[in-house]
Amino acid sequence: MNTEQLQQKSKEIRKDIINMIYNAKSGHPGGSLSCTDILVALFHKEMNLGLDENGNRIDKFILSKGHCAPAYYAVLSSVGFIPHEDLDSLRKIDSYLEGHPTNKINGVDVSSGSLGQGLSVANGMAIAKKLDNSQGRVYCVLGDGEIEEGQIWEACMTANKYKLDNLVAIVDYNGLQIDGNIEDVKGLDKIKEKFEAFGWYAQEINGHDFHEIISAIDNTKKSKRPNVIIAKTIKGKGVSFMENKAGWHGKAPNEEEYNIAIKELS
Amino acid sequence: MNSTRKAYGEFLSEYGNNENVVVLDADLAGATKTDMFMKKFPIRHIDVGIAEQDLVGTACGLALSGKIVFASTFAMFMAGRAYDQIRNTAAYSHVNVNLCATHAGVMVGEDGPTHQCIEDIALMNVIPTMKVLAPADDVSTKKILELCTKEDGPKYIRLGRSDVEDVYNSDSKFEIGGSNVFGNGIDGTIYTYGSTLQIALKAKEMLKANGIDVRVVDLYSIKPVDRSVIIKCAKETEKLVSMEDHSIIGGIGSIVSNVLCEEYPKKLEKIGINDTFGKSGNWKDVYKYFGLTEDNIISKF
Repeated sequence: MNTEQLQQKSKEIRKDIINMIYNAKSGHPGGSLSCTDILVALFHKEMNLGLDENGNRIDKFILSKGHCAPAYYAVLSSVGFIPHEDLDSLRKIDSYLEGHPTNKINGVDVSSGSLGQGLSVANGMAIAKKLDNSQGRVYCVLGDGEIEEGQIWEACMTANKYKLDNLVAIVDYNGLQIDGNIEDVKGLDKIKEKFEAFGWYAQEINGHDFHEIISAIDNTKKSKRPNVIIAKTIKGKGVSFMENKAGWHGKAPNEEEYNIAIKELS
Repeated sequence: MNSTRKAYGEFLSEYGNNENVVVLDADLAGATKTDMFMKKFPIRHIDVGIAEQDLVGTACGLALSGKIVFASTFAMFMAGRAYDQIRNTAAYSHVNVNLCATHAGVMVGEDGPTHQCIEDIALMNVIPTMKVLAPADDVSTKKILELCTKEDGPKYIRLGRSDVEDVYNSDSKFEIGGSNVFGNGIDGTIYTYGSTLQIALKAKEMLKANGIDVRVVDLYSIKPVDRSVIIKCAKETEKLVSMEDHSIIGGIGSIVSNVLCEEYPKKLEKIGINDTFGKSGNWKDVYKYFGLTEDNIISKF
């Protein structure tokens, strides 16, 4: 896919996200919209979703910030893992599309939702690929608020110890978390330097620019260290009244808001 | 005589010949005995350092990639520190991982209460789909671990620190959801598992010398538990006692009580740690302090 096609795909995914959350009457639009372009770049451009001789996916993906399930499910649907009509059933009692990802869903390898846990799992997958001499890579999307969890930094040290150059973590750095601004709630100042101090190859990019996302991922292919891409994003990206508002972390639009959002994304 | 943790290390160094096996530890390889595997298969031994949450997550990643995974640390740091990881990553994703937790219970001895996990059975038992196993000696440890390699999903295997006498032999049988009954006395039943099995068996012999004939049930499969044997023994014998190196809240005493309450209501006397923390000391002294003794069982009859 070229950049224009990727942008178009993102637009469709964002519309799906709003539809899903509106139908479910709950969910997390802010972070889902901020990580959409990253997920689209991975699933529609970068990742090899085929299987190796051991039956493992060649490139593995973990959405560690599991609350952005709407974006994940919509993207999985766009590559054929989930029937598109199923998306409307998100969070409903008779649906398999749980509020947070579960590996009962086709294309999802591991459940997530309790924050901070995905990077360790990604490490385990990356170590397994090394043991198997497999060429595939492991991609893990983290929330910026999520990296306040201590386990993330435990995992950073493990990835460095085992020189997991086949691992790419992408931080969806939208700057907001439930209680407000990241810097006010906890203070994550100098994220890049923090990862570098842990031995990682770190890059900072605009997480809504496909050229930057793709070229950053290309750079990681030459690195000999675990890789992190700190993708600066806008929470609620694409819907004017949701952009940069912590209040849209985890609530559904009402009918009026829904209509405006869909219009803006069309 | 062997400790169940050393039996685990011996099992790993043998079973590790299978190149698909990966063993993880969190800076306790010498204590959990995974170092016995590490010395033979260093490439397949992953030490994540003092990071138990990372330990469980990394183990899950390897298992989800098709590896046969054993992850170890002390019971306190496995069931306690990494509870959320075990619950939300390992169990909810139905990961085929063997969580082998050593130094369970007050048997830890000298290190004292911070290291004496007396809640792990309760914590693991309540997690949906988790299987919980607690071998008592060398042979049962190795046979139960072998069973675990063929059993799908997450498993918690509870191991102890100190040397204990052999109970089983190469002909002994084990199954997930099974149990072993010693004797057929009708005066009482002692339900137990792990490191208190030997104590219960000694008490049984001492009672017999006094004309009281009891049976001992080794409920090594804590979950799924052998409900039928619990009920059968309750029906066939007079007095019911449970004993365990664990809190009486949420341990085998509670589990047996639940089964009895649902199917054959009958009084059960629980011996275990009674809503209190452990105590430093030589483990035999600690057992005496908490009444995990033959004499305490005998006093119930």
